[in-house]
Amino acid sequence: MSRIFFLLVQASILFTGIANAQQVKKPEAGSFLLKNATIHTITQGIIVGDLLVREGRIAEIGTGLLAGQDVKLVDCTGKHIYPGMIDSGSRLGLVEIDAVSVTSDFNEIGDFVPHMKALTAVNPNAVAIPVTRVNGVTTVFAKPDGGTFPGTGALIDLLGYSPEQMSCGSERVIMRFPSTGRRGRWDRRSEEEQKKEADKAMQSLNEIWEKALMYSRIDSAARAENNTYLTNQPQMEALLPVVRKQQSLFIEVNGMQDIEKALDWVAKNQIDAVFMGVAEGWRVADKLAKAGIAVITGPVLSTPRREYDRYDAAYANAGKMSKAGVKVAIRTDNAENTRNLPFHAAFAAAFGMGKEEALKAVTLYPAQIFGVAESYGSLEKGKIANLIVTNGDPFETKTKIDALFIRGWNVPLESRHTLLYDEFLQRTPGLK
Amino acid sequence: MKSNVIYLLLFCSSMMTAQNAIIRNATVLTVTKGILPKTDILITGGKIARIGGSITPLPGYQVIDATDKYVLPGIIDAHSHIGLDVVNEATNPVTAEVNVGDALDPMDIAIYRALAGGVTVSHAMHGSANAIGGQCETIKHRYGAVNPDQLRMEGAPRTIKFALGENPIRVHGEGNKIIPNTRMGVEQVFREAFRQAQIYQKDWDDFKKGVRKKAPEYSLRMETLSDILKGNIIIHCHSYRADEILMLMRVLQDFNIKKVCFQHVNEGFKVAPELARFGATASVFADWWAYKFEVYYSTAYNAAILTRNGVTTSINSDSEELIRHLYHEAAKTQRYGDLSDEEALALITINPAKQLGIDDKVGSIEVGKDADLVIFEGHPLSVYAIPQKTIVDGVVLFDIDKDRADMRLDVQPGDKYPTFIDSGREMYDHSCMEGVSELLMEESYARYLRYKLGAGHQH
Repeated sequence: MSRIFFLLVQASILFTGIANAQQVKKPEAGSFLLKNATIHTITQGIIVGDLLVREGRIAEIGTGLLAGQDVKLVDCTGKHIYPGMIDSGSRLGLVEIDAVSVTSDFNEIGDFVPHMKALTAVNPNAVAIPVTRVNGVTTVFAKPDGGTFPGTGALIDLLGYSPEQMSCGSERVIMRFPSTGRRGRWDRRSEEEQKKEADKAMQSLNEIWEKALMYSRIDSAARAENNTYLTNQPQMEALLPVVRKQQSLFIEVNGMQDIEKALDWVAKNQIDAVFMGVAEGWRVADKLAKAGIAVITGPVLSTPRREYDRYDAAYANAGKMSKAGVKVAIRTDNAENTRNLPFHAAFAAAFGMGKEEALKAVTLYPAQIFGVAESYGSLEKGKIANLIVTNGDPFETKTKIDALFIRGWNVPLESRHTLLYDEFLQRTPGLK
Repeated sequence: MKSNVIYLLLFCSSMMTAQNAIIRNATVLTVTKGILPKTDILITGGKIARIGGSITPLPGYQVIDATDKYVLPGIIDAHSHIGLDVVNEATNPVTAEVNVGDALDPMDIAIYRALAGGVTVSHAMHGSANAIGGQCETIKHRYGAVNPDQLRMEGAPRTIKFALGENPIRVHGEGNKIIPNTRMGVEQVFREAFRQAQIYQKDWDDFKKGVRKKAPEYSLRMETLSDILKGNIIIHCHSYRADEILMLMRVLQDFNIKKVCFQHVNEGFKVAPELARFGATASVFADWWAYKFEVYYSTAYNAAILTRNGVTTSINSDSEELIRHLYHEAAKTQRYGDLSDEEALALITINPAKQLGIDDKVGSIEVGKDADLVIFEGHPLSVYAIPQKTIVDGVVLFDIDKDRADMRLDVQPGDKYPTFIDSGREMYDHSCMEGVSELLMEESYARYLRYKLGAGHQH
C-alpha cells in the first residue's frame, strides 16, 4: 500500500515537473479568498481573518467569509497579508543596463524638457520588473532624471504588457532645484564657481516660471473666449497642471542650503510642492514640517553627504523628518535593485523611524502623495488588490513572499533570478 | 573644530592602549564552533585568551557588558577600496609592480564608517583597469592611527588583483587601441606575462648557476609575476562571465598556479562545479546586477548556488556604502537560497579570511585569534540589527554611545571634500573603476565614440 502511495507521489512530482517545464507561468485571474491570515491593513489596524479578491479589487475583509462559486481558496493560516509596496522614485523600466547607454531612457537632452513622458519609455518587459515584484514591490514611480525639468514621471503597477496597462493614472512633473553642492567627489569646481552656476540656474528657473505663468494666463484667456488657437509649446503645456495647482510639483532637492532656498521659492511662488531626495532634511526638519511639505526620501542605504556627518546620517534622515512631523515616503532611486525597497524602509525603521511609520512610508503615504489613495496604499474594501502574502515581517531580510497579487491577478513568483537558481543549483550535466 | 580633533586623538590614543578587556554575558556566534549563550570572552594583549562562563579578569581589564547582545567575529570584506588614496594604475595591461600598500590613507572616514558596520578587516584592492593590476593590501581598521603602516595586517599573505572582461577591454582596447580589445586578448595578456616571467626566472637561475655571465635586468614587474608562479601571492581576479572564469582557470592550470579567488564572479553559479574542482574560491555581491552588460545574466542566488556546490564563498562590498552593512548583505542569502545562519555568517567572516589567507588569525571567535569582535543589538542577520561596539585587537574603536558627529582625523581648511555632495549614486567612488570612470567618460570613451561614429561614416 505504502509502496503504491510512494509511486503515486513520484508520478505526480514527475507530471508537475513536465507541466512546469512545458508551460510559461502566467498570472492567474479570478476571485481568491485568502483565509485565516493576519491582515495588516495599515489604516484599520491588524485583523486576523479573511480577504476576498474579486475583479481586481479587495471585495471584502472580515472573519468567516464564505467562498462562493468559482472562488479559489488560499489557506493563509500563519501567514501575513500586507499591501504591495510602492517605491516613490525609481528608474525601473526606463533602463535595462546602466552602462549600455542605448538601453537607458530616463535622461533626455535639454535642461527644460518637462514634456518628456516616462510612461512613453517604460518597457513592460524589462527583466528587472519581475525581479522587483517578487520581493513585494508592486508599484513604482518611474521618473526621468537629468536637467532642471527632466520630464514627467509615471506611477506604474508592475504588471502588464503595455505602459498604458501598467499606468496607475498618476503622472507628475519633476523639477530639480539648482544645487549648490558638488556633483561628486570628482567635482573640482571652486565654491565660487559652484555658487555662480547655481545662481545662473536659479535665474533661468525664475524666467521659466514667469513664462509658465504667462502661458497659463494666455491659455486661460484664449479658452475663455473660445478661441481656437494652435501653439507649439509642449514644455509650457506640460507645466500647466502644476502652475494651476491641479498637481504638485515634484522637486528634487538635497543639500541643506538648497532645501531652505527651495522652501522660500515655493512659498514665494505659491507652489504646491513635494520634495524628493531631501538628503539633508534632518538638518531642517522643523522648517519642512512647518511648511507642510511632504517628502520622498532615499536611498536610505547611502553614505552621508558630508565627510563630517555622523555615520548613520542617511539611515536616520527619514526618522528625524518623520518625528518632526513631516509626511515621509521612501524611495530607492534605483533601477535593477528597486527590489531592495523593503530594506531601505527597514533601515529607516531601525534608525529612528519605527516600523509602523516606515511601513506607511512605502504604502499609504506614497498613495496619498501621488493622489491615488482611494485605490492604493492600504488593505481596505474597494481598493485595488495589490498585496503580498508573507511568512513574516516584509522588511526582514529572510522573510519569504508566498503569494503576490497585482490588480487581483495572482502573479507567479518567478523572475530571471529564480529561474537561474532553478536551473543551476544542481547543474545537469554537471562535471561527470 | 580644532578642539574636536584633540579630543578625538586623546579618545583614540587612550583606547588604543586598552587591549585587555572582558566581554560579559554575551550570546557568542563563534561561526566555527557554534553558538555559546551567556558567555564571557577574555581579551589579553589584543588576543582572545579565554571563552567561557563566569571568567574573572585581572584588575585593570575593561569590562564590557553584553547582556542580551550578540558577539560576532569582526566582519571581513574581501573586496574593498577604502583607506586608499588611489586605486587604478590604468596605464598598462600589466602593472604587477605597483602596490596599493604604497598609497594607504589611514584618515579615510570610510574606515570609521566601515567600523560602524562591524567591519574590522578589509582587502584594499587595486582597481580593475588592467588584466594584471597592482598588488593589494589586507588592512586592519585601526582608525585613529595616522601612520599608514599601522593599517597593514601583520602576517597577511601577499595578494594581487587580476581583471577580466569589460574593464580592461574598455580601458586598453577601446581606450588605447592595444591588446586586450576582446576576451581573447585578455587571455593572451596573461599567457604573455607568465611566459616572460618564466624566461626572466630562468635567466636569473642561469646567472646564479654561472651558466649566464651577465646579470639580467632587474624588473619588479617580473619579480612579482615570478612570485605568483612560485605560489607566493594569492590572485584575486575581477571576473563576471562564465567563459572568462573558465579561461583563467585553464591559464592558471597551464602555469601550475593554484591560489585564486574569483571576485564579483556574477556568473560563478554557472560554473560552480568547475570552480569547486579547481579549488578556486568566490567573493560575490549579494545582489548587484545589471549595471553593465556582463552582469545582466545574474542571480541573487549566486552565493547559495556556489556554497551548495562546495565553493568557499564570501560576500564583499566593493563600495564604501555596502561595506557598512555586510551583515545585511549576508542575510540576503537566506531570502535567496535558504542558507543557514552559520553558513550566512561564514560568508562575511571565516570564508573571506580563508580567501585572504588569514583564517589562522581572524574570522571566528576562538582562543588565540585576534580579538576582532562586533557586539550587536539584535541578531546580525536581522535587518534591524545595529552594531554597538566594534573591537580591533582588543581595542574598542567604534562605540555607538560615544559616537560623535564629526569623526574625521584630519580637519584642515581646504580639506578633502568637506562640502555637500549632491549625488546619492556613488557607483564609482571607492570601487573598482575609481579614477578610471572619469578617464573613460571624458577622454577615452569620448574618443571611442568619435572613432565609432567616424567608422560609421565610411559606410
